[in-house]
Amino acid sequence: MESLFNIFIRAIFIDNMIFAYFLGMCSYLAVSKKVKTAIGLGAAVTFVLSITVPLNWLVYNYFLKAGAMSWTGITALATVDLSFIGLIIYISVIAAFVQLIEMIIEKFSPALYAALGIFLPLIAVNCSILGGVLFMVGRPYSLGDATAFGLGSGVGWFLAVVALAAIREKLKYSNVPAPLRGLGITFIIVGLMSFGFLSFMGFSI
Amino acid sequence: MSTTGEEKKSAPAQPLFGKKERQLLSDPLDNNNPITVQVLGICSALAVTVQMEPAFYMSMGVIFVTMMSNLLISIMRNVIPSRVRIIVQLAVVSTFVIIVDQVLKAYAYEMSKQLSVFVGLIVTNCIIMGRLEAFAMANKPWPSLLDGIGNGLGYGAILMVVAFFRELIGSGSVYGYKVFDALGINYIGNGVMVIPAGAAIVIGLVIWAQRARNGMVESE
Repeated sequence: MESLFNIFIRAIFIDNMIFAYFLGMCSYLAVSKKVKTAIGLGAAVTFVLSITVPLNWLVYNYFLKAGAMSWTGITALATVDLSFIGLIIYISVIAAFVQLIEMIIEKFSPALYAALGIFLPLIAVNCSILGGVLFMVGRPYSLGDATAFGLGSGVGWFLAVVALAAIREKLKYSNVPAPLRGLGITFIIVGLMSFGFLSFMGFSI
Repeated sequence: MSTTGEEKKSAPAQPLFGKKERQLLSDPLDNNNPITVQVLGICSALAVTVQMEPAFYMSMGVIFVTMMSNLLISIMRNVIPSRVRIIVQLAVVSTFVIIVDQVLKAYAYEMSKQLSVFVGLIVTNCIIMGRLEAFAMANKPWPSLLDGIGNGLGYGAILMVVAFFRELIGSGSVYGYKVFDALGINYIGNGVMVIPAGAAIVIGLVIWAQRARNGMVESE
């Protein structure tokens, strides 16, 4: 149990998707102008990450890994290694899942759809989702670990995007040199925030 | 992102390398750079630029993928139903990324270890999806191919500039060659440039320099 909590906390603070790996930067920069939209996309990313990482864990461990299909009992399949087509499978799982969620939310909760709807299609091509899946494949996680990791990464992304949006809202009132306005100053702020997150580096639970 | 449909006007007997075609190649290098102006494909730009060598391999991979997927999607643009185009694009892109990944694993194993997940993440690199959506879906194969190469080069150029500064200041070398040692100066690498935070600050300054030169101002 302690190790699950450890993975969760590590994913939020130490291996933060944004500040340690810079994953999902495109949408991170695009939606961080207002806190409200940032919360919307952050929630959507957290949700999708915490479902697709365990989902892809199942796909990897029961279909793609070398010898993963031995559970079928067919000897011809027992030694098959499909991990080289992993990428195309993971991205299809993510895209299909996002599409499915979009349809379900639209049907059952129009209010939630109005809040999250426009962000969902963006998520299929958000690097942090595929990045989370690829990190998970590279590490010896169990299903529980993978879930904790996915959830933690999502929460970390959420924190990062909301924090940046809050800073950018205040930034509107400051006098930034003209060519640095917008993208330039945002990058420098992200760099400084990343320094802040470095201070979590040393601690262990 | 507003380049759509530019090519359609000069339909009959266009030269293979006319003015427009040259522009397709040169525009993304500076005025319409995918990273600093269109704000696409930032994720990997920051993560692989600690040293110049991985940045170079990464750029090559991205150039190959943008070029080929732009070409293929442009050839198929009239038969792709618009409802499922994202999935089709993702399938095409990930096929080429798998090729790059397998080639790197076979011929440059060390490099593929060092780039780790970032080769796979070319799939979700926004430059590629962005160019497919904005250009290849609406233009002929030949201009699309050039647009792909141009944007790949523009991405590569920024990557190399950022990697040059990070490697020079961070570890005192250029493309693995110890410059300061060769000059007889005892240089202790600046750790700030090696960590990810350094990348964001360098890229911010590069954007500042480029926009100060081009006179581009973002209204916010």
